[in-house]
Amino acid sequence: MSEFYVLHVNGAAREVRDAAAGESLLFVLRERLGLMGSKGACEQGECGSCSVLLDDQLVCGCLVLAAGAVGQRIVTIEGVAPLGAPSDVQQAFVDAGAVQCGFCTPGLIMATHSLLERSPAPSEMEIREELSGNVCRCTGYGRIIDAVQRVAVARRGAQ
Amino acid sequence: MTVTQTGTDTGTFAGTHSGLAGRLGDSVARPDGVPKAQGSFQFAGDLTADGFLWGATLRSPHPYARIVRIDVSGAWRINGVEAVLTAADVPGKATYGLISHDQPVFASDYVRFQGEAMAAVAADHPDTCRRALAAIVVEYEVLAPLTDPERAIDGSFPPIHPDGNVVRHQRIVRGDQSIHGPVVVEGTYELGRQDQAFLGLEAALALPAPGGDGVELHVATQWLHEDRKQIAACLGMPDEKVRIVLGGVGGAFGAREDISLQVHACLLALRTGRPVKIQYDREESFHGHVHRHPCTIWMRHHAGTDGTIRRIEARFVMDGGAYASTSSAVLINAVTHTQGPYRCDHATVDGWAVRTNNLPSGAMRGFGVVQAAFAHEGQMDKLAAAVGLDPVEVRLRNAMRTGDHLITGQEIVNVAPVARLIQETAALALPTEPVGGHDHDPMRLPGGAGRTADERHIVRGIGWGVGIKNLMYSEAFDDYSTARVRVADGVATVKFATVEVGQGFVTIVGQIARTVLGVEEVVIDSIDTEIGSAGSTSASRQTWMSGGAVEGACRLVRERLFEHVAELHDLEAVQLEIDGTDVVDTLGSLRMSVAAATAGIVIDETFEHHHPATEELDELGQGNCHTAFAFVAHRAVVDVDPELGLVKVVQIATAQDVGRALNPLSVVGQIEGGIAQGVGLAVMEELLQVDGIVKNATFTDYLVPTFLDMPDVVISLVEEPDPHAPMGAKGVGEPPTVSSTPAVVAAIRDAIGKDLHRVPVRPSDICS
Ligand code: FES
Ligand code: FES
Repeated sequence: MSEFYVLHVNGAAREVRDAAAGESLLFVLRERLGLMGSKGACEQGECGSCSVLLDDQLVCGCLVLAAGAVGQRIVTIEGVAPLGAPSDVQQAFVDAGAVQCGFCTPGLIMATHSLLERSPAPSEMEIREELSGNVCRCTGYGRIIDAVQRVAVARRGAQ
Repeated sequence: MTVTQTGTDTGTFAGTHSGLAGRLGDSVARPDGVPKAQGSFQFAGDLTADGFLWGATLRSPHPYARIVRIDVSGAWRINGVEAVLTAADVPGKATYGLISHDQPVFASDYVRFQGEAMAAVAADHPDTCRRALAAIVVEYEVLAPLTDPERAIDGSFPPIHPDGNVVRHQRIVRGDQSIHGPVVVEGTYELGRQDQAFLGLEAALALPAPGGDGVELHVATQWLHEDRKQIAACLGMPDEKVRIVLGGVGGAFGAREDISLQVHACLLALRTGRPVKIQYDREESFHGHVHRHPCTIWMRHHAGTDGTIRRIEARFVMDGGAYASTSSAVLINAVTHTQGPYRCDHATVDGWAVRTNNLPSGAMRGFGVVQAAFAHEGQMDKLAAAVGLDPVEVRLRNAMRTGDHLITGQEIVNVAPVARLIQETAALALPTEPVGGHDHDPMRLPGGAGRTADERHIVRGIGWGVGIKNLMYSEAFDDYSTARVRVADGVATVKFATVEVGQGFVTIVGQIARTVLGVEEVVIDSIDTEIGSAGSTSASRQTWMSGGAVEGACRLVRERLFEHVAELHDLEAVQLEIDGTDVVDTLGSLRMSVAAATAGIVIDETFEHHHPATEELDELGQGNCHTAFAFVAHRAVVDVDPELGLVKVVQIATAQDVGRALNPLSVVGQIEGGIAQGVGLAVMEELLQVDGIVKNATFTDYLVPTFLDMPDVVISLVEEPDPHAPMGAKGVGEPPTVSSTPAVVAAIRDAIGKDLHRVPVRPSDICS
């Protein structure tokens, strides 16, 4: 039961060959396309570590069938900014101390970019609610909230 | 063979932070922060190698059973299967363990907990592995499990392991045993099983050496050299044939101190001659690592009418689960912290760590002291009520000071600012918003998005928890650490085996080297077993032990540098010092950059850092068994819906004795993260077992705090540099988990006026 299909990932067409039926988008991104930035910590939609954008919608890569993502624009953490030139959100996470082990970080970066697109000046409660699908076991979230607020303020200042 | 290398590629500090930003005391950003934020940092589970196979583990469905027969032939018939291993295939020692080696690599005669490993397979795809495991036939004689720790103690259950059902029994008898009252308060306290629930699941990649003459394991662990020792013994190889390289670690919190998949991965790689990767899923992770000990504690305090403690009696029963792991050390931590951060010269304590057919228990952040603190803080509130004092006053009256003694007779020689911590915490502002907030957002109420709460019925409470935590290892164990520093052309390269789990050791390494040596650029070498041990990343010990090792090596290098400069310029080495990034002559005019002074030379020094020796406890629990101590205070504010039994933790205020904050931003991160785990234990986290069967081994059912569960945290860092600590800095990782839990529970008691004695507090406990 091997499959062939093409996924549009980070602006490029990527061929997937010999995939077994039923592989999740997370599995295919990581194990077949070598995009290891998306993480899996539950594969049940509970932790957000696998967050990617599918046609601009934030989704859990572990819950989406890879073959079902054909024809949609997929953006992963690798597509957010070039290596070594972090996005404002990525840099703010580092500067604010929002990264410890970093396992939750790619998913949270995706979720934060998505949040700030939709709501450029979120309240603290809005940040908590919007990001509550992303679990972090290390930080207690305080520095992450600070990072998100820093970006929101900086973007407003830049306008 | 190529391996895409590793989570230890933390890069250099240069460029990221220039000049003097990045010395001790600065809030330097992590050197691995950008790779982590960009997803390019490699965790152990991200590693691959050409032609690698997937490994997987067959686990017992029963908590206790005799294995009648294992037939693996079905697995071999599945296409893509390259190896199937059972106990018969273990070439070396059949068992492993941190303290006693009582856990089989693969069970062969009995399985003793649900999820115990019995066989392993290697195959071309995770699905092939799953099918292969399903094709292995095991015939069991299912036995009634031992799940009640009291039956392990009273001897009424036949031994479930050749080593018996009692792992350790320790008494502490100190002072006048006849003291009674006049005020007596007592209680029984219970803690459920907490899981570390790190996010980065267990993962490793094993690479066989040509001809099977050794193995290299890239693994997310806490203690490289201890892993190597246990793995090599099971493989029947000398230590030097086993090289352990740290794979990127996605959190640990104690759960990676024991062996999980290490031996299995190496065996499969050696058997197949190919790289083998094992990666647990969440359910397997819940079964595959040790947990915090479930514990029942009875305590009785005798006090004067003024609230001063006169004598404490206590009994601890800790459920060690099926294998010993670190249970004996966890027990010692618990019983020796019975009094908490309070003076007490008379005590009678009886402690048991026992074996059951529950999941094995071992290390988790706080290591026995979390259990003790839940009990002693409950007692302090009872004592306050009994003598008519408020919770702050009763704690201040008993607060420990430097020079006081533990009930083991050990003198506290460290800085012990307990009263100051309580006062500084009390001075932190309480929440200004009323229940529900000024905006009446229902998200702020207990039950949150469920919108189940009626603001008018919510009650608010305030509670206290104060803690003491030992730092480093105890009972005569020499948990030394090694570091090597090499300076050439102004660049310092630091080598150590210290595991970075996210705590930020790699950050302070650069800060130490810049401060001591005046270098600007610091490179961190691969973290592996190609240098002496660093001990475990646990017990809040790495800043002290490995930080001390790095500092020591830097000092040796600096001495050599001064000798070199002195000789060139006809000076005495003792005249020289580092000023910023320069070497300067304190008696003359010489000033040259460290970069220029080290141009064209190489200075290379290694330093082994040991702490002063400690003792084992004697029969009566007396002895200087611990190395050092840190202290902390927590005040919790909670809102409770008494009708539905729901709790919203609103605020935690804390003052922590950090000695000296080498990186204040990192310290804040440790405090907030530790409090999150304390809040989790207080109100939501419990891995449930019924008759030894695990009921909630998923993130859907095992709840860890989310953004919406975490309260505001307000922090006061109390910096009184400890003269016994390298650089004055105490470990900061564990104290936040020690007394945040009792503070939250005290606040719930305060809100509803009920005597809660079990964590996590469940809705039924509040409503009943
Ligand atoms: S791995 Fe997808 S939500 Fe946890
Ligand atoms: S930083 Fe470790 S899980 Fe978030």
